[in-house]
Amino acid sequence: MKNESKSKAKSEPANVPFAFRAYSPEQLRDVLRKMYLIRRFEEGAEDSYTRGLIHGTMHLSIGQEASALGICMPLKSDDQITSTHRGHGHCIAKGAQVDRMFAEFFGKTTGYCKGRGGSMHIADVSQGNLGANGIVAGGIPIAVGAALSAKMQKNGKVVICFFGDGANNEGAFHESLNMASIWKLPVVFVCENNGYGMSTSTARSTAVANIADRAAGYSMPGVIVDGNNFSAVAEASSAAIERARRGEGPTLIESKTYRHRGHSKSDRNRYRTKEEIDEWKELRDPIALFESELRQFGILNDAGIEEVRASVEKEIADAIQFAKDSPMPNTGAALDYVYTELPQ
Amino acid sequence: MNSAVRELTYSQAIQEAMAIALESDPRVFLMGEDIGVYGGAFQVTGDLVERFGSERVIDMPISELGGAGLAVGAAMTGMRPIFEFQFSDFATLAMEQIVNQAAKMRFMLGGEVSVPLVMRFPAGSGTGAAAQHSQSLEAWLAHVPGLKVIQPATPHDAKGLLLAAVQDPDPVMIFEHKLLYKVKGPVPEGHYTVPIGKAEIRRMGRDATIVATSIMVQKSLEAAEILQTEGIDVEIVDLRTIRPIDRETVINSVKKTTRLLCVYEAVKTLGIGAEISAMVAESEAFDYLDAPIMRLGGADSPIPYNPELEKSVVPQVPDIVAGIRNLVQGRR
Repeated sequence: MKNESKSKAKSEPANVPFAFRAYSPEQLRDVLRKMYLIRRFEEGAEDSYTRGLIHGTMHLSIGQEASALGICMPLKSDDQITSTHRGHGHCIAKGAQVDRMFAEFFGKTTGYCKGRGGSMHIADVSQGNLGANGIVAGGIPIAVGAALSAKMQKNGKVVICFFGDGANNEGAFHESLNMASIWKLPVVFVCENNGYGMSTSTARSTAVANIADRAAGYSMPGVIVDGNNFSAVAEASSAAIERARRGEGPTLIESKTYRHRGHSKSDRNRYRTKEEIDEWKELRDPIALFESELRQFGILNDAGIEEVRASVEKEIADAIQFAKDSPMPNTGAALDYVYTELPQ
Repeated sequence: MNSAVRELTYSQAIQEAMAIALESDPRVFLMGEDIGVYGGAFQVTGDLVERFGSERVIDMPISELGGAGLAVGAAMTGMRPIFEFQFSDFATLAMEQIVNQAAKMRFMLGGEVSVPLVMRFPAGSGTGAAAQHSQSLEAWLAHVPGLKVIQPATPHDAKGLLLAAVQDPDPVMIFEHKLLYKVKGPVPEGHYTVPIGKAEIRRMGRDATIVATSIMVQKSLEAAEILQTEGIDVEIVDLRTIRPIDRETVINSVKKTTRLLCVYEAVKTLGIGAEISAMVAESEAFDYLDAPIMRLGGADSPIPYNPELEKSVVPQVPDIVAGIRNLVQGRR
């Protein structure tokens, strides 16, 4: 995504949200497009799963779209991210194509991982996405290692490290934040706190009230944002990325959000109430909130929004067709990529 | 090259290999606990921090899991880390990153990345460090597709295999026996590599094959000298790499000698000797066997502190001598 400043920013009042001062109408329209792309991609994946076209499981981030897009908005294309099991949104936000993502979910050779990874390992290394991860907190030290690389290579890259609230009680989280801080590495830790690690609420699992409170233990800023507000997330991300790029070290951003769907396909939603879910869906849906701001600040009217939705519907339908039409891997090639060259 | 006469210790050979790698490749860096001014718990990194600076010889906090993950991430993004575990036992703290991440990343991403990572593990018993600082866990890692696992037995191989590991595009785990660090041997000057995946015949013989790893190679050579005085001529295969195994060298040796004894320090049960035995039993060499395949390995016990108990739970020279005698003369 581009991050040039919008030229008319100066003439607008200070209470205009960050995103509407910092980004052009074209950029904001593209943010909405990508929000829909994430949501429709996941709905399409869910539907394909129900039809038996996708096996295994998947973890949907429906309801968390503003967080993925707000965090990635200030990134340059060669900046890097590490992602999680709930990583489809991160992947799209970092620039992946949905046709190759569907192909991966369908297990096809045209998929990003040639059918070897599936949903939980979706990656697009060409766009700086070093991969989702099936292990909670597994990607956190890897992100810090990528940031160490960036510092040693003096290439100016910043690494975004996405993880969920469940990861904040893993040892890897604490070890990684400590090392990133003592060495002032260019990494931004982004905890997407959707309230539950599978079924266990943060209130039951975590000794601090906010994940961001952990930052104090590692001498870095801890920032809490409304993860369903695109502009708020982009503003926090922008400041943290600039700080990292200046060599001042890491930031921990806690993006408070909610997943509308269950943890995975096996979830029966026994640990939260229908009222709670409905409240987040009806009152705090990130796409609805962003659309109302787009109307309020005169970026898009209803017709413009409808046009975005329609274009996404077509892109998703085409992408699913691409995945269906793509070839399956040859089972004789099952051992490919275990090693760079197979041992004799 | 006039190199045959120069002798270095195993530890010096590793340090020289790391110095060559640091000098010749700006992507290489070292990371570990107390490897800077302290020089490493076993003085293997020595003064490298003075020569290459603390940005390339990185003292890390006591954070094996996080540190291993940093090395994985750095390797995925253009660097060539050489990561030192202070003791191989501490691999247990980092298994997540080694097994789930380093080993599988290339595969999971369909070949879009590689993880050119070297990890060094000071391993083995004999130092009185007791049960949590004396294990031989190489078979754990050798069970994981995606990793390569090597066990150099000589200073020459310690240097050449490390330099091969640094060039390798995949994660290479090096198990170094702590009692070998002070052992001297000829080490060529300059850069050279020893191929990963190739065993070496340390001694030619007719009557029986010993497939040994790490420090058991030296013990087997001592046993062979004793057996020679009894007219028993032993061939010794130094496996050097336990993943991938050099099948051809092992099978050809067994076909020639018709007898096989596997000798390794790690716990015998479910270990590398079981793999070698099964591999031979499944091969054409089975028809050549004149005796059952035998294994000598560590007892089903943690390593005890008491020095005599400590020796009693891993194979010693007399055990190897007795094992071969049984194989060769067992049917009398």
